[in-house]
Amino acid sequence: MSKISNFVLGLFRSVSGHELFIKGITTLILASGSILILIPFLYMISTSLKDPAQIRSDSASLFPRKPKMAEVNGNPEPLYAVTVDGQSHEFALVRKMPEGLGQFVDPARPDVIHELKINDQQQLYRWDIHWENYGEAIRAMPFWRYLGNTLIVTFVGMAGMLFSCSLVAYGFSRFRARWLNLLFLLLLSTIMLPSQVRLIPVYILFQRLGWVDTLLPLIVPQFFANAYDVFLLRQFFMTIPLELDDAAKIDGANPLQILLYIILPQARPALVSVGIFHFLYAWNDFYEPLIFLHSRENWTLAVGLQTFDALYTVNTHLIMAVSVLMIIPPILLFFFSQKIFTQGVVFTGIKG
Amino acid sequence: MEEESNESRREMTMPESGDFGLLKTQILMSLPSIRRMSLARREALAGYAFVIPWIIGFLIFTIGPMLASLYFSFTKYNIVDPPQWVGLANYAKAFSGIWDAIRTGDPRQFRDPLFWKALQVTIYYASIALPLNLAFSFFLAVLLNQKVRGINIWRTIYFLPSIIAGVAVTILWVRILNPRVGVLNPFLKDVLGVQSPPGWLSDPEWAIPALVIMGLWSVGGSMIIYLAGLQGVPTDLYDAAKVDGANAWQRFWNVTFPMMTPVLFYNLVLGMIATFQYFTQVYVATSNSLGGLGSPQHSTLFYNVYLYQNAFRYFDMGYASTLAWILFLIVLILTALIFRSSEAWVYYEGQLRGRG
Repeated sequence: MSKISNFVLGLFRSVSGHELFIKGITTLILASGSILILIPFLYMISTSLKDPAQIRSDSASLFPRKPKMAEVNGNPEPLYAVTVDGQSHEFALVRKMPEGLGQFVDPARPDVIHELKINDQQQLYRWDIHWENYGEAIRAMPFWRYLGNTLIVTFVGMAGMLFSCSLVAYGFSRFRARWLNLLFLLLLSTIMLPSQVRLIPVYILFQRLGWVDTLLPLIVPQFFANAYDVFLLRQFFMTIPLELDDAAKIDGANPLQILLYIILPQARPALVSVGIFHFLYAWNDFYEPLIFLHSRENWTLAVGLQTFDALYTVNTHLIMAVSVLMIIPPILLFFFSQKIFTQGVVFTGIKG
Repeated sequence: MEEESNESRREMTMPESGDFGLLKTQILMSLPSIRRMSLARREALAGYAFVIPWIIGFLIFTIGPMLASLYFSFTKYNIVDPPQWVGLANYAKAFSGIWDAIRTGDPRQFRDPLFWKALQVTIYYASIALPLNLAFSFFLAVLLNQKVRGINIWRTIYFLPSIIAGVAVTILWVRILNPRVGVLNPFLKDVLGVQSPPGWLSDPEWAIPALVIMGLWSVGGSMIIYLAGLQGVPTDLYDAAKVDGANAWQRFWNVTFPMMTPVLFYNLVLGMIATFQYFTQVYVATSNSLGGLGSPQHSTLFYNVYLYQNAFRYFDMGYASTLAWILFLIVLILTALIFRSSEAWVYYEGQLRGRG
């Protein structure tokens, strides 16, 4: 208690009333906005734990719950919090009547009937959490297969991206040559190039190679660098002092050794941040897997989940369970690397 | 351990001579000295060698395919049979009927009404979503730049939706917006007292607004870029404005806002390009519905969705390539226009301008 009052007093002492007002308003807006952000998440998680019967009858509820029942004359009847003569009771609704009225009884004394408006009474619920939805959802689709494909695409692609982009960024940050600046401008201009303008011939190329319906079209291009990550890494490499290179050169290191032993160890934060961005991009990507992967066993989670949604439309609880499973890895990654994340975004902007 | 760090410190001080060496090379490079040229040449060769992966990728996956799709845009091509030259027929298909349609005001006069519908849907979405997104994320960034308690928690919450964007989020929103079993309409009806809440994705009038709401929810991606920009505004500018007697509102309009216009510009250009590539949300939301992709009544037939349909549903690769090149040209022209207009409203530090 004293802690709180100290805090409040401290606030008054440190800032003027006007500033306090602005901070109060800011916090109020942020708090109400974050409720709007979090409710869909809450809805997703709670739906994944609901009983299918609840989704049909009580779909708008944000909680996995079940009506509280009581036995009246051998039949289970729903319980309501009922106020009679200023006293609240837990009464069971035994019969619905016209004009929104209902017959309520005390389960202990079923012979005394109270006729009350149903809408004025508060129905009672209890928690009803179905963890088994997750097991059922995983069994209803080739979940592990999709997960495996997604992990292969994500991590092999990430390795290829880190390898090629490090080389290219090093080339653009440390060497002087006539055409390098022009090439770098060309590279930057591809950031704004809509991928559709090259998609169809690339598809035909992969088809001729027999790679369509394999994971290769999603992985192989990563080994040829991309503009976003090269740009980010180059910007970071430029901040590493040239003196380090020169010292290594005097010791007889060749350019490749300088990259391996001087630049890359210094650039760890930048490598980690482009790695995380690549993970998020590859994990969430839907467009390319949809185009290149045709048969069920080759799908990634994104495509698998979309099709699962089409096939099991009525089983909302299972679809939400898979959706929750799919958003857990990005969220975990986000929480574990939050600092790198917010710093990384500063210079990458938007990817994918 | 100690010795090692001494060693590296000595190495750190050496480069001054190395720098001088580089300077000398630079001076000598401008002279026609063959011996020095070879050193510069070696550096250049090493530079080119390191960027080779990108050059190869650029040739195979960018410039080559771009030229190929330009060629396909003049052909009839279904992948199975070899491409067949048809001249401007694909472009004629897209554009013919335009004068009759304008004259009569009847979209049926277009030879390919869906092409125009797709353009209209995309531009309609862009005209609502882009300004809202820009304003909303800017506003949020300003709030999240205040020094209030627990600011890191707020930032995390607002950023969260943008890291999971995609299929799972769209599936979730389709359920939330569902007029029969969703949670939004009961809320609108019971809490806000809306008599007949809209059918959202099942109503042609409301499908685009529904997608706009979905987009606003994950506005955190562009918000974080503004936030970075706000943190880069030098504090002495605010101090100077305070000395001049500017109040908070004046400081915002005369310091913060001009300093943020480059970020606004960046988000506008990328947002515009992203709208023309809008796909996943529409595919997930509509491909399983009764009306099919782009339903209801083509109200969500975005440009990229129509392109996908032509390429990978009808395998009309020639026409799809034409659509891709038209898309490319539209994006190019719009980007050029935004760049041109930016002279009037984007402020770059260190640039002198007429307005005080």
